[in-house]
Amino acid sequence: MSETPDNDIILSVKDLVKRYKGSEQPVLNGVSVDVRRGETVVVLGPSGCGKSTLLRCIVGLEDIQGGEVVLNGKVISGSARTSALRQRIGMVFQSYDLFPNKTVLGNVTLAPLVVQGREKEEVNAQAEQLLQRVGLWDKRDVYPSTLSGGQKQRIAIVRALMTNPEVMLFDEVTAALDPEMVHEVLQVILELSDQGMTMVIVTHEMGFARAIADQVVLLDGGGVVECSHDPESFFEMPSTQRAKDFLGTFEFRREKRAECT
Amino acid sequence: MQGASNILLEGNNLSRLFAGLGVSIQIALVSVLLSIPLGILVGVFMTSRSRVVRFILRFYLDFIRIMPQLVLLYIVFFGTAAWFGVSFDGYTSSIVVFTLWGAAEMGDLVRGALESIPRMQYDSAYVLGFDRRQTFTCIILPQAVRRLLPPAVNLITRMVKTTSLCMLIGVVELIRVGAQIIDLNRFAHPDGALWIYGAIFFMYFFVCFPLSLLSRYLEKRASK
Repeated sequence: MSETPDNDIILSVKDLVKRYKGSEQPVLNGVSVDVRRGETVVVLGPSGCGKSTLLRCIVGLEDIQGGEVVLNGKVISGSARTSALRQRIGMVFQSYDLFPNKTVLGNVTLAPLVVQGREKEEVNAQAEQLLQRVGLWDKRDVYPSTLSGGQKQRIAIVRALMTNPEVMLFDEVTAALDPEMVHEVLQVILELSDQGMTMVIVTHEMGFARAIADQVVLLDGGGVVECSHDPESFFEMPSTQRAKDFLGTFEFRREKRAECT
Repeated sequence: MQGASNILLEGNNLSRLFAGLGVSIQIALVSVLLSIPLGILVGVFMTSRSRVVRFILRFYLDFIRIMPQLVLLYIVFFGTAAWFGVSFDGYTSSIVVFTLWGAAEMGDLVRGALESIPRMQYDSAYVLGFDRRQTFTCIILPQAVRRLLPPAVNLITRMVKTTSLCMLIGVVELIRVGAQIIDLNRFAHPDGALWIYGAIFFMYFFVCFPLSLLSRYLEKRASK
Protein backbone atom coordinates (compact mmCIF):
# COMPACT_ATOMS: atom_id res chain seq x y z
CA MET A 1 0.00 0.00 0.00
CA SER A 2 2.95 2.28 0.69
CA GLU A 3 3.58 2.58 -3.03
CA THR A 4 0.38 4.46 -3.70
CA PRO A 5 0.44 8.11 -2.92
CA ASP A 6 -3.34 8.25 -2.87
CA ASN A 7 -4.87 5.54 -0.71
CA ASP A 8 -8.20 6.05 -2.37
CA ILE A 9 -6.86 4.80 -5.67
CA ILE A 10 -7.96 1.21 -5.99
CA LEU A 11 -6.92 0.55 -9.57
CA SER A 12 -4.15 2.24 -11.40
CA VAL A 13 -2.95 1.79 -14.97
CA LYS A 14 0.52 3.21 -15.55
CA ASP A 15 2.07 3.84 -18.95
CA LEU A 16 0.43 0.78 -20.39
CA VAL A 17 1.77 -0.38 -23.74
CA LYS A 18 -0.05 -3.07 -25.71
CA ARG A 19 1.14 -4.24 -29.09
CA TYR A 20 -0.57 -7.12 -30.85
CA LYS A 21 1.66 -9.74 -32.39
CA GLY A 22 2.66 -8.94 -35.94
CA SER A 23 1.69 -5.28 -35.83
CA GLU A 24 4.23 -2.54 -35.34
CA GLN A 25 1.85 0.13 -34.18
CA PRO A 26 0.88 -0.37 -30.54
CA VAL A 27 -2.86 -0.29 -29.78
CA LEU A 28 -2.15 1.37 -26.47
CA ASN A 29 0.95 3.47 -26.17
CA GLY A 30 1.54 4.74 -22.65
CA VAL A 31 -1.98 4.88 -21.26
CA SER A 32 -2.40 5.90 -17.62
CA VAL A 33 -5.66 5.93 -15.69
CA ASP A 34 -6.31 6.12 -11.95
CA VAL A 35 -9.55 4.78 -10.56
CA ARG A 36 -10.63 5.80 -7.06
CA ARG A 37 -12.69 3.61 -4.78
CA GLY A 38 -16.37 3.95 -5.56
CA GLU A 39 -15.68 5.90 -8.72
CA THR A 40 -17.22 5.29 -12.11
CA VAL A 41 -14.80 5.84 -14.95
CA VAL A 42 -16.21 5.99 -18.45
CA VAL A 43 -13.80 5.30 -21.29
CA LEU A 44 -14.81 6.83 -24.60
CA GLY A 45 -13.21 6.87 -28.00
CA PRO A 46 -13.69 6.00 -31.65
CA SER A 47 -13.91 2.38 -32.74
CA GLY A 48 -10.56 0.63 -32.71
CA CYS A 49 -8.94 3.11 -30.35
CA GLY A 50 -8.17 0.36 -27.85
CA LYS A 51 -10.93 0.88 -25.29
CA SER A 52 -11.78 -2.81 -25.07
CA THR A 53 -8.11 -3.73 -25.22
CA LEU A 54 -7.51 -1.52 -22.19
CA LEU A 55 -10.11 -3.46 -20.18
CA ARG A 56 -8.73 -6.77 -21.40
CA CYS A 57 -5.24 -5.72 -20.32
CA ILE A 58 -6.50 -4.65 -16.90
CA VAL A 59 -8.16 -8.00 -16.29
CA GLY A 60 -5.22 -9.94 -17.68
CA LEU A 61 -6.77 -11.39 -20.82
CA GLU A 62 -4.03 -9.74 -22.84
CA ASP A 63 -0.33 -9.66 -22.04
CA ILE A 64 1.19 -6.20 -22.05
CA GLN A 65 4.44 -4.96 -23.50
CA GLY A 66 5.08 -2.13 -21.08
CA GLY A 67 3.80 -0.33 -18.03
CA GLU A 68 1.86 -1.92 -15.22
CA VAL A 69 -1.55 -2.47 -13.71
CA VAL A 70 -1.79 -1.87 -9.97
CA LEU A 71 -4.67 -3.07 -7.81
CA ASN A 72 -4.72 -1.89 -4.20
CA GLY A 73 -1.07 -0.89 -4.44
CA LYS A 74 0.05 -4.26 -5.79
CA VAL A 75 1.34 -4.74 -9.30
CA ILE A 76 -0.86 -7.39 -10.89
CA SER A 77 0.33 -7.32 -14.49
CA GLY A 78 2.44 -10.14 -15.83
CA SER A 79 2.78 -13.49 -14.16
CA ALA A 80 1.28 -12.31 -10.86
CA ARG A 81 -2.19 -12.84 -12.30
CA THR A 82 -3.48 -15.55 -10.00
CA SER A 83 -7.00 -16.89 -9.82
CA ALA A 84 -7.51 -15.05 -6.52
CA LEU A 85 -6.59 -11.76 -8.18
CA ARG A 86 -8.89 -12.31 -11.09
CA GLN A 87 -11.82 -12.83 -8.76
CA ARG A 88 -11.27 -9.32 -7.45
CA ILE A 89 -11.91 -7.75 -10.84
CA GLY A 90 -15.22 -8.62 -12.48
CA MET A 91 -15.75 -8.17 -16.19
CA VAL A 92 -18.83 -8.20 -18.39
CA PHE A 93 -18.51 -8.54 -22.16
CA GLN A 94 -20.53 -7.28 -25.06
CA SER A 95 -21.63 -10.77 -26.05
CA TYR A 96 -22.75 -11.89 -22.51
CA ASP A 97 -21.07 -15.30 -22.95
CA LEU A 98 -23.19 -17.17 -20.49
CA PHE A 99 -22.50 -20.89 -20.20
CA PRO A 100 -25.16 -22.36 -22.52
CA ASN A 101 -25.29 -25.74 -20.78
CA LYS A 102 -26.05 -24.28 -17.36
CA THR A 103 -29.25 -22.78 -16.03
CA VAL A 104 -29.32 -19.17 -14.92
CA LEU A 105 -28.68 -20.24 -11.34
CA GLY A 106 -25.95 -22.62 -12.50
CA ASN A 107 -24.28 -19.80 -14.42
CA VAL A 108 -24.13 -17.41 -11.52
CA THR A 109 -23.20 -19.93 -8.82
CA LEU A 110 -20.53 -21.89 -10.71
CA ALA A 111 -17.55 -19.66 -9.95
CA PRO A 112 -18.37 -19.14 -6.25
CA LEU A 113 -18.82 -22.89 -5.80
CA VAL A 114 -15.96 -24.19 -7.92
CA VAL A 115 -13.39 -21.41 -7.79
CA GLN A 116 -14.02 -19.96 -4.38
CA GLY A 117 -15.20 -23.19 -2.75
CA ARG A 118 -17.98 -21.46 -0.87
CA GLU A 119 -20.94 -23.11 0.85
CA LYS A 120 -23.89 -23.86 -1.38
CA GLU A 121 -26.53 -22.30 0.90
CA GLU A 122 -24.63 -19.08 1.25
CA VAL A 123 -23.96 -18.88 -2.51
CA ASN A 124 -27.60 -19.57 -3.33
CA ALA A 125 -28.72 -16.92 -0.89
CA GLN A 126 -26.45 -14.38 -2.56
CA ALA A 127 -27.65 -15.49 -5.99
CA GLU A 128 -31.26 -15.05 -4.90
CA GLN A 129 -30.55 -11.59 -3.56
CA LEU A 130 -28.73 -10.43 -6.71
CA LEU A 131 -31.14 -12.06 -9.15
CA GLN A 132 -34.05 -10.49 -7.27
CA ARG A 133 -32.34 -7.16 -7.63
CA VAL A 134 -32.14 -7.44 -11.42
CA GLY A 135 -35.65 -8.89 -11.52
CA LEU A 136 -34.70 -12.32 -12.82
CA TRP A 137 -35.04 -14.63 -9.83
CA ASP A 138 -38.08 -16.32 -11.42
CA LYS A 139 -35.88 -17.22 -14.40
CA ARG A 140 -33.35 -19.09 -12.25
CA ASP A 141 -34.10 -22.54 -13.68
CA VAL A 142 -34.20 -21.69 -17.38
CA TYR A 143 -31.35 -21.98 -19.86
CA PRO A 144 -29.75 -18.87 -21.35
CA SER A 145 -30.95 -19.64 -24.89
CA THR A 146 -34.53 -18.85 -23.85
CA LEU A 147 -33.66 -15.40 -22.53
CA SER A 148 -33.61 -12.04 -24.30
CA GLY A 149 -30.35 -10.18 -24.81
CA GLY A 150 -31.13 -7.75 -22.03
CA GLN A 151 -31.93 -10.56 -19.64
CA LYS A 152 -28.74 -12.41 -20.59
CA GLN A 153 -26.66 -9.33 -19.99
CA ARG A 154 -28.24 -8.76 -16.57
CA ILE A 155 -27.44 -12.38 -15.71
CA ALA A 156 -23.87 -11.84 -16.91
CA ILE A 157 -23.59 -8.84 -14.59
CA VAL A 158 -24.90 -10.89 -11.66
CA ARG A 159 -22.48 -13.68 -12.54
CA ALA A 160 -19.56 -11.25 -12.39
CA LEU A 161 -20.82 -9.79 -9.09
CA MET A 162 -21.12 -13.19 -7.44
CA THR A 163 -17.40 -13.46 -6.74
CA ASN A 164 -17.59 -10.13 -4.86
CA PRO A 165 -15.13 -8.22 -7.02
CA GLU A 166 -13.75 -4.87 -5.90
CA VAL A 167 -13.79 -3.43 -9.40
CA MET A 168 -16.19 -4.11 -12.25
CA LEU A 169 -15.28 -3.66 -15.90
CA PHE A 170 -18.01 -3.26 -18.51
CA ASP A 171 -17.00 -3.68 -22.13
CA GLU A 172 -19.67 -2.18 -24.38
CA VAL A 173 -22.27 -4.26 -22.60
CA THR A 174 -25.20 -2.76 -24.51
CA ALA A 175 -23.64 -2.70 -27.98
CA ALA A 176 -25.23 -6.01 -29.01
CA LEU A 177 -28.64 -5.27 -27.54
CA ASP A 178 -31.85 -4.18 -29.19
CA PRO A 179 -32.48 -0.55 -28.29
CA GLU A 180 -35.42 -1.28 -26.01
CA MET A 181 -33.26 -3.57 -23.90
CA VAL A 182 -30.43 -1.15 -23.41
CA HIS A 183 -32.21 0.71 -20.65
CA GLU A 184 -32.85 -2.27 -18.38
CA VAL A 185 -29.16 -3.14 -18.46
CA LEU A 186 -27.90 0.40 -17.94
CA GLN A 187 -30.35 0.76 -15.05
CA VAL A 188 -28.64 -2.15 -13.28
CA ILE A 189 -25.24 -0.50 -13.78
CA LEU A 190 -26.56 2.83 -12.52
CA GLU A 191 -27.82 1.13 -9.36
CA LEU A 192 -24.42 -0.48 -8.86
CA SER A 193 -22.83 2.93 -9.16
CA ASP A 194 -25.23 4.31 -6.55
CA GLN A 195 -24.24 1.51 -4.22
CA GLY A 196 -20.65 2.58 -4.47
CA MET A 197 -19.25 -0.08 -6.78
CA THR A 198 -16.00 0.91 -8.45
CA MET A 199 -16.44 0.60 -12.20
CA VAL A 200 -14.69 1.15 -15.50
CA ILE A 201 -17.16 1.37 -18.34
CA VAL A 202 -16.52 1.36 -22.06
CA THR A 203 -19.61 2.55 -23.87
CA HIS A 204 -21.00 4.33 -26.89
CA GLU A 205 -24.11 5.45 -25.04
CA MET A 206 -23.27 9.12 -24.62
CA GLY A 207 -26.33 9.97 -22.55
CA PHE A 208 -25.59 7.14 -20.18
CA ALA A 209 -21.91 8.09 -20.01
CA ARG A 210 -22.85 11.60 -19.07
CA ALA A 211 -25.30 10.42 -16.44
CA ILE A 212 -23.01 7.98 -14.71
CA ALA A 213 -19.42 9.16 -15.11
CA ASP A 214 -17.34 10.53 -12.28
CA GLN A 215 -14.35 10.56 -14.57
CA VAL A 216 -14.25 10.55 -18.36
CA VAL A 217 -11.28 9.23 -20.30
CA LEU A 218 -11.12 9.81 -24.03
CA LEU A 219 -8.81 7.43 -25.84
CA ASP A 220 -7.58 7.93 -29.36
CA GLY A 221 -4.50 7.06 -31.33
CA GLY A 222 -3.24 4.76 -28.59
CA GLY A 223 -3.20 7.36 -25.86
CA VAL A 224 -5.37 9.35 -23.48
CA VAL A 225 -6.51 12.45 -25.36
CA GLU A 226 -8.44 13.97 -22.52
CA CYS A 227 -9.16 12.92 -18.98
CA SER A 228 -11.68 14.84 -16.94
CA HIS A 229 -13.08 14.57 -13.45
CA ASP A 230 -15.79 16.98 -14.39
CA PRO A 231 -17.91 15.09 -16.91
CA GLU A 232 -20.47 17.88 -17.35
CA SER A 233 -17.88 20.31 -18.57
CA PHE A 234 -16.23 17.61 -20.64
CA PHE A 235 -19.45 17.00 -22.53
CA GLU A 236 -20.36 20.71 -22.69
CA MET A 237 -16.98 22.14 -23.66
CA PRO A 238 -14.16 19.66 -24.03
CA SER A 239 -10.74 21.23 -23.80
CA THR A 240 -9.10 19.48 -26.76
CA GLN A 241 -10.01 19.70 -30.41
CA ARG A 242 -10.03 15.93 -30.73
CA ALA A 243 -12.55 15.59 -27.95
CA LYS A 244 -14.69 18.23 -29.66
CA ASP A 245 -14.45 16.33 -32.93
CA PHE A 246 -15.30 13.05 -31.26
CA LEU A 247 -18.32 14.44 -29.44
CA GLY A 248 -19.19 16.29 -32.64
CA THR A 249 -19.72 13.02 -34.47
CA PHE A 250 -22.63 12.35 -32.13
CA GLU A 251 -24.00 15.87 -32.53
CA PHE A 252 -23.73 15.65 -36.28
CA ARG A 253 -25.96 12.60 -36.39
CA ARG A 254 -28.67 14.34 -34.49
CA GLU A 255 -28.64 17.33 -36.80
CA LYS A 256 -28.69 15.06 -39.80
CA ARG A 257 -31.78 13.42 -38.49
CA ALA A 258 -33.37 16.81 -37.91
CA GLU A 259 -32.63 17.76 -41.48
CA CYS A 260 -34.25 14.63 -42.83
CA THR A 261 -37.58 15.11 -41.10
CA MET B 1 -42.13 -78.48 -49.91
CA GLN B 2 -38.95 -77.51 -48.14
CA GLY B 3 -40.21 -73.98 -47.55
CA ALA B 4 -37.22 -71.75 -47.76
CA SER B 5 -38.35 -69.92 -44.65
CA ASN B 6 -37.43 -73.05 -42.76
CA ILE B 7 -33.76 -72.49 -43.18
CA LEU B 8 -33.92 -69.92 -40.40
CA LEU B 9 -35.88 -72.20 -38.14
CA GLU B 10 -34.00 -75.36 -38.98
CA GLY B 11 -31.69 -76.80 -36.38
CA ASN B 12 -29.90 -74.08 -34.45
CA ASN B 13 -29.42 -71.80 -37.44
CA LEU B 14 -31.14 -68.84 -35.90
CA SER B 15 -29.34 -69.12 -32.59
CA ARG B 16 -26.06 -69.47 -34.49
CA LEU B 17 -26.84 -66.22 -36.30
CA PHE B 18 -27.55 -64.53 -32.99
CA ALA B 19 -24.27 -65.86 -31.62
CA GLY B 20 -22.55 -64.37 -34.67
CA LEU B 21 -24.31 -61.08 -34.03
CA GLY B 22 -23.08 -61.33 -30.46
CA VAL B 23 -19.48 -61.59 -31.66
CA SER B 24 -19.95 -58.58 -33.95
CA ILE B 25 -21.45 -56.54 -31.15
CA GLN B 26 -18.76 -57.69 -28.75
CA ILE B 27 -15.95 -56.53 -31.05
CA ALA B 28 -17.70 -53.22 -31.62
CA LEU B 29 -18.53 -52.72 -27.96
CA VAL B 30 -15.07 -53.50 -26.60
CA SER B 31 -13.50 -51.28 -29.27
CA VAL B 32 -15.93 -48.45 -28.56
CA LEU B 33 -15.34 -48.67 -24.81
CA LEU B 34 -11.59 -48.47 -25.41
CA SER B 35 -11.93 -45.79 -28.09
CA ILE B 36 -13.84 -43.31 -25.99
CA PRO B 37 -11.23 -42.61 -23.29
CA LEU B 38 -8.38 -42.96 -25.80
CA GLY B 39 -10.19 -40.72 -28.27
CA ILE B 40 -10.73 -38.03 -25.64
CA LEU B 41 -7.00 -38.14 -24.87
CA VAL B 42 -6.11 -38.00 -28.56
CA GLY B 43 -8.55 -35.12 -29.09
CA VAL B 44 -7.22 -33.11 -26.18
CA PHE B 45 -3.66 -33.59 -27.39
CA MET B 46 -4.72 -32.64 -30.92
CA THR B 47 -5.49 -29.18 -29.57
CA SER B 48 -2.06 -29.08 -27.92
CA ARG B 49 0.17 -26.08 -28.45
CA SER B 50 3.08 -28.33 -29.35
CA ARG B 51 3.48 -28.60 -33.10
CA VAL B 52 5.28 -31.93 -32.77
CA VAL B 53 2.42 -33.47 -30.80
CA ARG B 54 -0.12 -32.10 -33.27
CA PHE B 55 1.90 -33.40 -36.23
CA ILE B 56 2.25 -36.90 -34.78
CA LEU B 57 -1.47 -37.16 -34.07
CA ARG B 58 -2.37 -35.70 -37.45
CA PHE B 59 -0.15 -38.33 -39.05
CA TYR B 60 -1.79 -41.06 -36.98
CA LEU B 61 -5.27 -39.88 -37.95
CA ASP B 62 -4.47 -39.57 -41.65
CA PHE B 63 -2.72 -42.93 -41.71
CA ILE B 64 -5.76 -44.63 -40.18
CA ARG B 65 -8.14 -42.73 -42.45
CA ILE B 66 -6.31 -43.38 -45.68
CA MET B 67 -5.90 -47.10 -45.05
CA PRO B 68 -8.95 -49.21 -45.78
CA GLN B 69 -9.96 -50.95 -42.56
CA LEU B 70 -9.40 -54.27 -44.28
CA VAL B 71 -5.76 -53.42 -44.93
CA LEU B 72 -5.35 -52.46 -41.30
CA LEU B 73 -6.86 -55.77 -40.27
CA TYR B 74 -4.42 -57.64 -42.55
CA ILE B 75 -1.47 -55.61 -41.28
CA VAL B 76 -2.26 -56.40 -37.67
CA PHE B 77 -3.34 -59.98 -38.23
CA PHE B 78 -0.57 -61.09 -40.60
CA GLY B 79 1.96 -58.31 -40.19
CA THR B 80 2.53 -58.54 -36.47
CA ALA B 81 3.16 -62.26 -36.76
CA ALA B 82 5.54 -61.89 -39.71
CA TRP B 83 7.45 -58.85 -38.44
CA PHE B 84 7.40 -59.07 -34.69
CA GLY B 85 6.71 -62.72 -34.09
CA VAL B 86 3.64 -61.79 -32.04
CA SER B 87 0.60 -63.66 -33.13
CA PHE B 88 -2.80 -62.16 -32.46
CA ASP B 89 -5.88 -64.22 -33.16
CA GLY B 90 -8.51 -62.68 -35.42
CA TYR B 91 -10.67 -61.51 -32.55
CA THR B 92 -7.82 -59.66 -30.82
CA SER B 93 -6.56 -58.23 -34.11
CA SER B 94 -10.04 -56.92 -34.82
CA ILE B 95 -10.26 -55.20 -31.46
CA VAL B 96 -6.80 -53.69 -31.91
CA VAL B 97 -7.69 -52.31 -35.35
CA PHE B 98 -11.13 -51.05 -34.37
CA THR B 99 -9.73 -49.39 -31.28
CA LEU B 100 -6.95 -47.70 -33.27
CA TRP B 101 -9.53 -46.55 -35.79
CA GLY B 102 -12.10 -45.53 -33.19
CA ALA B 103 -9.58 -43.61 -31.10
CA ALA B 104 -8.34 -41.71 -34.16
CA GLU B 105 -11.82 -40.79 -35.39
CA MET B 106 -13.11 -40.10 -31.90
CA GLY B 107 -10.04 -37.96 -31.30
CA ASP B 108 -10.82 -35.89 -34.37
CA LEU B 109 -14.44 -35.48 -33.22
CA VAL B 110 -13.25 -34.41 -29.77
CA ARG B 111 -10.82 -31.96 -31.36
CA GLY B 112 -13.57 -30.49 -33.53
CA ALA B 113 -15.93 -30.20 -30.58
CA LEU B 114 -13.29 -28.53 -28.42
CA GLU B 115 -12.36 -26.08 -31.16
CA SER B 116 -16.01 -25.22 -31.77
CA ILE B 117 -16.35 -23.78 -28.27
CA PRO B 118 -16.11 -20.02 -28.69
CA ARG B 119 -12.96 -18.32 -27.43
CA MET B 120 -15.15 -16.07 -25.29
CA GLN B 121 -16.18 -19.01 -23.12
CA TYR B 122 -12.55 -19.32 -22.08
CA ASP B 123 -12.34 -15.57 -21.48
CA SER B 124 -15.50 -15.60 -19.37
CA ALA B 125 -14.14 -18.43 -17.27
CA TYR B 126 -10.80 -16.67 -16.94
CA VAL B 127 -12.22 -13.44 -15.59
CA LEU B 128 -14.32 -15.40 -13.09
CA GLY B 129 -11.11 -16.84 -11.71
CA PHE B 130 -11.26 -20.38 -13.11
CA ASP B 131 -7.82 -21.91 -13.61
CA ARG B 132 -7.02 -23.86 -16.76
CA ARG B 133 -7.98 -27.25 -15.37
CA GLN B 134 -11.25 -25.99 -13.90
CA THR B 135 -12.07 -24.18 -17.14
CA PHE B 136 -11.57 -27.37 -19.08
CA THR B 137 -13.43 -29.77 -16.79
CA CYS B 138 -16.27 -27.49 -15.64
CA ILE B 139 -16.95 -25.33 -18.66
CA ILE B 140 -15.38 -26.48 -21.91
CA LEU B 141 -15.64 -30.27 -21.70
CA PRO B 142 -19.36 -30.45 -20.77
CA GLN B 143 -20.20 -28.22 -23.73
CA ALA B 144 -17.91 -30.16 -26.04
CA VAL B 145 -19.49 -33.47 -25.02
CA ARG B 146 -22.94 -32.18 -25.95
CA ARG B 147 -21.70 -31.33 -29.43
CA LEU B 148 -19.68 -34.50 -29.62
CA LEU B 149 -22.38 -37.03 -28.79
CA PRO B 150 -24.34 -37.12 -32.07
CA PRO B 151 -21.29 -37.69 -34.32
CA ALA B 152 -19.82 -40.10 -31.76
CA VAL B 153 -22.95 -42.25 -31.91
CA ASN B 154 -22.72 -42.19 -35.70
CA LEU B 155 -19.14 -43.38 -35.44
CA ILE B 156 -20.26 -46.26 -33.21
CA THR B 157 -22.84 -47.22 -35.85
CA ARG B 158 -20.11 -47.27 -38.47
CA MET B 159 -17.95 -49.41 -36.24
CA VAL B 160 -20.74 -51.95 -35.71
CA LYS B 161 -21.28 -52.23 -39.45
CA THR B 162 -17.61 -52.46 -40.28
CA THR B 163 -17.11 -55.47 -38.01
CA SER B 164 -18.36 -57.44 -41.01
CA LEU B 165 -14.82 -57.14 -42.41
CA CYS B 166 -13.50 -59.21 -39.51
CA MET B 167 -14.69 -62.38 -41.23
CA LEU B 168 -11.82 -61.91 -43.67
CA ILE B 169 -9.27 -62.56 -40.96
CA GLY B 170 -11.14 -65.59 -39.73
CA VAL B 171 -13.41 -64.13 -37.09
CA VAL B 172 -16.68 -66.02 -36.97
CA GLU B 173 -19.02 -63.07 -36.69
CA LEU B 174 -22.49 -62.50 -38.08
CA ILE B 175 -21.69 -62.46 -41.81
CA ARG B 176 -19.35 -65.45 -41.55
CA VAL B 177 -21.95 -67.49 -39.64
CA GLY B 178 -24.48 -66.60 -42.31
CA ALA B 179 -22.12 -67.69 -45.06
CA GLN B 180 -21.48 -70.97 -43.26
CA ILE B 181 -25.19 -71.72 -42.94
CA ILE B 182 -25.77 -70.91 -46.61
CA ASP B 183 -22.89 -73.19 -47.67
CA LEU B 184 -24.10 -76.00 -45.48
CA ASN B 185 -27.62 -75.85 -46.93
CA ARG B 186 -26.64 -75.19 -50.53
CA PHE B 187 -28.61 -78.17 -51.84
CA ALA B 188 -31.45 -78.37 -49.34
CA HIS B 189 -32.16 -74.65 -49.61
CA PRO B 190 -30.88 -73.20 -52.88
CA ASP B 191 -32.47 -69.84 -52.09
CA GLY B 192 -31.23 -69.85 -48.51
CA ALA B 193 -28.96 -66.87 -49.15
CA LEU B 194 -31.93 -64.59 -49.54
CA TRP B 195 -33.35 -65.62 -46.18
CA ILE B 196 -30.10 -65.61 -44.31
CA TYR B 197 -28.93 -62.26 -45.63
CA GLY B 198 -32.44 -60.95 -45.08
CA ALA B 199 -32.19 -62.00 -41.46
CA ILE B 200 -28.73 -60.46 -41.21
CA PHE B 201 -30.09 -57.25 -42.65
CA PHE B 202 -32.73 -57.05 -39.94
CA MET B 203 -30.20 -57.89 -37.25
CA TYR B 204 -27.90 -55.04 -38.26
CA PHE B 205 -30.93 -52.84 -38.68
CA PHE B 206 -32.23 -53.46 -35.18
CA VAL B 207 -28.82 -52.74 -33.71
CA CYS B 208 -27.98 -49.67 -35.80
CA PHE B 209 -31.35 -48.01 -36.24
CA PRO B 210 -31.82 -47.24 -32.52
CA LEU B 211 -28.31 -45.78 -32.54
CA SER B 212 -29.26 -43.64 -35.50
CA LEU B 213 -32.39 -42.46 -33.68
CA LEU B 214 -30.34 -41.75 -30.58
CA SER B 215 -27.92 -39.66 -32.62
CA ARG B 216 -30.76 -37.67 -34.14
CA TYR B 217 -32.29 -37.11 -30.72
CA LEU B 218 -28.97 -35.97 -29.26
CA GLU B 219 -28.43 -33.64 -32.20
CA LYS B 220 -31.79 -32.01 -31.61
CA ARG B 221 -31.03 -31.64 -27.93
CA ALA B 222 -27.56 -30.24 -28.55
CA SER B 223 -28.85 -27.55 -30.88
CA LYS B 224 -31.29 -26.31 -28.27
